[in-house]
This record gives sequence, structure tokens and C-alpha cells, in this order.
Amino acid sequence: MSDHSLEPHATDVAPGDQGDGRVRTRILGYVVGLGLAVVLTATSFFIAGTDLVWQPSIALAIIVLAIAQMGVHLVFFLHITTGPDNTNNLMALAFGVLIVVLVIGGSLWIMANLNENMMPMDQIIQMQR
Amino acid sequence: MFGKLSWSAIPIDQPIPMAASGVVALVILGVLTWVVVSGRLPYLWHEWITSVDHKRIGVMYTLLAMVMLLRGFADALMMRGQQAVALQSQGYLPPEHYNQIFSAHGTIMIFFVAMPFVIGLMNLVVPLQLGVRDVAFPTLNSVGFWLTATGALLVNISLVIGEFARTGWLPYPPLSEMTYSPGVGVDYYLWSLQISGVGTLVAGINLVTTVLKLRTKGMTYLRMPMFCWTALASNLLIVAAFPILTATLAMLILDRYLGFHFFTNEAGGNVMMFMNLIWAWGHPEVYILVLPAFGIFSEVVSTFSGKPLFGYRSMVVATMAICVISFMVWLHHFFTMGAGPNVNAIFGIASMIIAVPTGVKIYNWLFTMYGGRIRFATPMLWSIGFMVTFLIGGLTGVLVAVPPADFLLHNSLFLVAHFHNVVIGGVLFGAFAGYTYWFPKAFGFRLHEGLGKAAFWFWLIGFYVAFMPLYVLGLLGMTRRMQHYDVPEWRPWLLVASVGALIILMGIACQIAQLVVSIRHRVTLRDHTGDPWDGRSLEWATASPPPVFNFAVMPDVSGEDAYWLMEQRAKRQASDTMPDYRDIEMPRNSPTGFICAFFATVMGFALIWHIWWLVVVGAIGAFATFVVFAWRDHDEYVIAAADLARIDQAILAERLASTRGVG
Repeated sequence: MSDHSLEPHATDVAPGDQGDGRVRTRILGYVVGLGLAVVLTATSFFIAGTDLVWQPSIALAIIVLAIAQMGVHLVFFLHITTGPDNTNNLMALAFGVLIVVLVIGGSLWIMANLNENMMPMDQIIQMQR
Repeated sequence: MFGKLSWSAIPIDQPIPMAASGVVALVILGVLTWVVVSGRLPYLWHEWITSVDHKRIGVMYTLLAMVMLLRGFADALMMRGQQAVALQSQGYLPPEHYNQIFSAHGTIMIFFVAMPFVIGLMNLVVPLQLGVRDVAFPTLNSVGFWLTATGALLVNISLVIGEFARTGWLPYPPLSEMTYSPGVGVDYYLWSLQISGVGTLVAGINLVTTVLKLRTKGMTYLRMPMFCWTALASNLLIVAAFPILTATLAMLILDRYLGFHFFTNEAGGNVMMFMNLIWAWGHPEVYILVLPAFGIFSEVVSTFSGKPLFGYRSMVVATMAICVISFMVWLHHFFTMGAGPNVNAIFGIASMIIAVPTGVKIYNWLFTMYGGRIRFATPMLWSIGFMVTFLIGGLTGVLVAVPPADFLLHNSLFLVAHFHNVVIGGVLFGAFAGYTYWFPKAFGFRLHEGLGKAAFWFWLIGFYVAFMPLYVLGLLGMTRRMQHYDVPEWRPWLLVASVGALIILMGIACQIAQLVVSIRHRVTLRDHTGDPWDGRSLEWATASPPPVFNFAVMPDVSGEDAYWLMEQRAKRQASDTMPDYRDIEMPRNSPTGFICAFFATVMGFALIWHIWWLVVVGAIGAFATFVVFAWRDHDEYVIAAADLARIDQAILAERLASTRGVG
């Protein structure tokens, strides 16, 4: 199906298909993305082993760096932008994030609640006697 | 050499499976012989098996569903028969066989009847309603269908070679772990669902892309027919939910094959995690099935009431609301698992909230009918039957959404009655309505009305006679999946239920007769106009059956009910101008799907029986097929503008002649 004359939504392009910029600018985008990703990764490794920062903040810092890493990947490699031609991708991303949050958050909550409500093991063994 | 496979895998000592599989083998052999002897094999290969036409693939999906319905229904009849006789006795089915039957019944009915039926109808209709020439990924579509067929084939092979799972339609651990189910039954279940699950995911991605990317000129989101909206919501759910199923079953596979401890009793495994994950897929799954059915009813009710759908926008909002909320209710399948009152209360309330958008839909259909000029054709009968039946099922659903009530009703026959009430009354009635409604579009002739109506009444009455007693039995305390029982008070209700199953059998007989009679009388039942029901959406704007390219010129849509508007405009001003025909490119047929599925079948069978060298052969074969397809040079052919004009003018002339003939 490549009836281009009748392509209904010509402005609605897939990620990576923008094709407006020349090759040089597109390569530049990937290089910047790669640089940022490397910096973020290196920082994570550095923070994990350092004693320069307050120790309890390390876990939080790694989470922040991880989320920043996801952002870099989405913007530079998956080309998610806020432009009008990117509505579908943005909606798909939002839906995906919502479902992941619901399923993982829900599962954690449910399983924690089950563990809390479970009778301690020694009591179960006593009941079986 | 052959892993666990040996001659003892064939249950020669058990007469029932041997007789059943013997009959099936004879039928298959007979059909194959007839196809080869009558020289239809090339036709079948070129026109159907390798076809990447969404209409053909849709028809094959639907055919698979109807054949598997017979298998699943045979299981149902055997269970009803067993429970009718098994008072204080063993009945005629030994426990290990009975357990396989109820597991196979559930697995087949959900995965290989309901799923292919709705996916088939979506495949057939959605591109036509959107006014486009094919789905987004035609060859992938074929791959998806054949992988689904592979899953169905593996389930049926388990009848002859080895055994099927005895764990119920969802293989709850620890029963499904190697310790308690050492046989190949659970492996048959796991691999057939993993393979067909890939097919379903592929179909979902394909249809989402089609709706989002390939609409004809002017077909904005809020001009799409309701069925396209529900198809979009349903396929979004497939894309979001099926990976959860695949991951969960993969974990169980790791437990069984490589000694992992995800769901085992010992070594830190957590059985409850399986229930949690499988229902995180399982609840969206029921909406994956029922949303397209809601779409079918919307089309049918609007067409046969001669009115636009009441509250179109509220219907869209309700559909998308269900799409999201369906991911927030899964715990209601295991209220009794031991979560605290907070968790149970929140999921109970969410379960009641999801009934609200469904209620909105019911009112919208009623108001669509109100004041309309209703024609009681077969699809409309299914729709009205659905509204009453589904309402009862929905209300009992709200009842079991109350955690304290659920503690009494959990795993009782009340629950069994409830979900059959919504799956038969909702999904299956919807599928039958769609089948009758779109059959003339797919094949160019209508189905026999009288037999269709008879089938509807047998199904409707049979359903009530078969499942209302199960509500009573649930309240009397009978649990599900009982091979035999000792309570005499249950007996009469079980006898009534088996009579109900026999009435449904009459309905199925009528449907088969309807198909045979309609094919024999196809000349008199022929639809020359392309619009046998006075329809409103774009699929009726082309011929029945539609040419391979669907539309010679892509339609230009100016509002909701696109075809209705075109028709009204055409009545006001006759157009003599020749449409602007141009060359079009269509995808070439490809055997990729069939060959991939062949290797997937080999690989699945080898995995089940631990024949490792054959696993490697299957995997390499499937991958090589993919590589060959990816390196293809020509994947499209051109239909010239002149040919297009000739075919289209012939269609228009036939349509014009038949409408003049009517007056």
C-alpha cells in the first residue's frame, strides 16, 4: 500500500522519519544524545562508589539519573517531541507509562499487603499440629 | 532422539479420545483428499493460504473460530453429561480425563474461538470502514493468523499425542509446576499459548497502526464508525496486556524447564505472584473480547433502526474509559487470596465503576432504537438478545464485585454462570451478529434468514436453560470443576442445565444448516447492490464481495455515517463524471506466514516433548523464513488505471441495474 498521491495523513510521520534535516544535523543529534547518555551512565557509576556525597542520597541520585537517561533516549534516539506531528507517539508513550505504573505499582501494593496480612509461619505450623 | 516422546504417549486404552480423534482425522483426511483430487490445491494455496488480503485473512480467522467452537462445545456437552450422571458415582469420565476436558474447554473457547472470531471480524471490516485498501502490515497480518492457527493445532494434537493440562484454563501454580504436573499437558498449554500469543500481539499492533495511520481522506477520529473505535481500544489493550501474559507464562516455563523458582512453594517462589500477573492480563482480556462486540452492536442497532447512533461521542468516551479502567480492577479475580480490606475495597469499587461506561452504552443503544423504524433481521435479534442477557450478566458481575459477597460465591457455579452470561451473551452473540451482518459483504450473498432466526432462538433459550440453573447451584454451594458429587438436591438443576446444552446444540445445528442452505441458494440470495441492509458506513460503499483493492477511488468523507451521507447526496444529484482512476500498488501474496507457522509448529511440538535437535531445526527454519522475506525485492504489483476503471464501472453498472429493478 504505497499510494502516495492519496496518503491521508502526510504530516503524521513515524519516529525517525522526519527527514527534514540534512544528514549532518541528524548525525549531530545522535552524537549529542550519545554524549549525554555516556555522561549520565558514568555519573551513576561514579556516585555509586564515592564517599564525596551524603551516603543516604546515593539511591535517590541513581533514580534521578536513571529517569534522566530515559528522557535522553526518548528525545535523541526515539525522537519523541512535543510537535503537532508527534501526537500519536506522545499518546502511545503516555498510555504505556500509565499501564506500566498501574501494573507494577498495583502489583507491589497488592503483594506487600498480602505479606502483611499473612499469618506468621510459626503460627501456621502450630495450627497444623 | 525423540525426547519424552514414545508410543505410550498415544492413549490407545482410552476409547473416548481415540474415537474423537479418529473421527477428526478422518474428516481432515477426507477434506484434504477432496481438495487434492478435485484440483483445488493450487487455488487454495494462491488465493487463501498465501493471501495477504485483509478480507481473506479475516475470513480464515472466523472460520478457525467456528471450527474450534465445535471442539469447545463438544467438551461442554461431555462435561454437562458427566455432571448429569455423576451423583454418588464416578460417571463415565475418569477424573484425569474430566480435568483435561474442562481445561481444554476454557482454553479453546477464550483463545481459539472468541479471540479469532473478534480479530477476524476486525480484520475484515475495519479497513473497509476506514475506506482504505489494506491493513498497515499485510504480510505480518498473515503471519499473525498462521501463528494463531499453530496454537490451535497444538491444542488439538494433545488429544491424540500425550495429554492436555489438568489445571483449569489458567494453570495456577503450584499445581502447574513440575512437582504436581510432571506430564506434557501443561507444556502443551504453555507453548500453544506462547505461539498464538505472538500472533495475537502482531494482529493488535497491525490494527492499532491501521486505525491511527491509514484513514481515508476526511475520516477524522470523530467520524470513524463506532466499530473502528472499539477495535482501536481493544487492540490497544492487546498491545498493553498480552506482553504480561507472555512474560508470566515464560516465567512458568522457566520454572518447569530450567528449575527456576518464580512460582514454586520453596526457595523463595511466590505462588500469589502468578495469580496477580495472570489476572493483570486476564481482566483486560475480557474487555479485549467484549469491546469489539460492543462495536458490532452499535453498527447493527444503528443500521436496523435506520438512525444514527445515539450519543456517538459519549460512546467514544465510554469506550476509551473502559480501555483505561480495565487495567485497574484485576484483583477482583482473587479477593479471597488474603489481601487486606483496603486493597479489596479499592478494587471492588473500581470494578463497580467500570460498569458505569457499560451502562452508558446500553442506554445509548436503547435510545438509538427509540423512535427508529426497527427491522427485526437476524443481526438485530442477536443485538436485542444481547442487551437483555448481558444486562443480567453485568448485574451479577456487580454483585460478585462486592468482596464480602465474593467470599461466598468465589469458585462456585455462580461465578461460572456469571462469566458464561457475559461471554456468551456479550462476545458470542456479538460475534454471531457480526457474522450474519457482514457475511454478505464477505461473500456476496446473504445467509438464510429463517434458519438464522431459528438458530438465534435456540441459542437464546438454550443459554437461559443451561446457565440460570448454575446460578441456583452456586447459591446451593456447588463449586466449579466437580467430577462427581454427593448432594442429591443438585441433581435436578444439573439435569435442566444439560437439557439447555442440548438446546444450544440445536442452535449450532441450525447454524450449520444455514451455511449449507445459503451456499446452495447463493444465486437467489445474491447481493447485487453491495448494500443489502441499507447500511451507513463505508464498507457498504463497495461491491459484495469487495474487489481486492476495496475501493477504486479512495472515498472522501464529509461526516459521520459516511456512506449514508454519500447516498443522500447521490439521490439529490446524479453524477456522470468519470472518477479520477489512477494506477495503484497492492501487496503481493506471500507464503511467509504459512512457512513461519509451519516451523513454529515443529518448534512448539519439539519443545513440548524435549526433542532439542528439532527445536533448533524449527528455530532456524522460522528465522530463515524471516530473513528471506526481509531481503525480498518485489513486494508489490500494480493494477493499471484502465483495469481499475473497467472493474469499477462493471460494479457500478450492476449496482445501478439492481436498484432500478427494485424501483
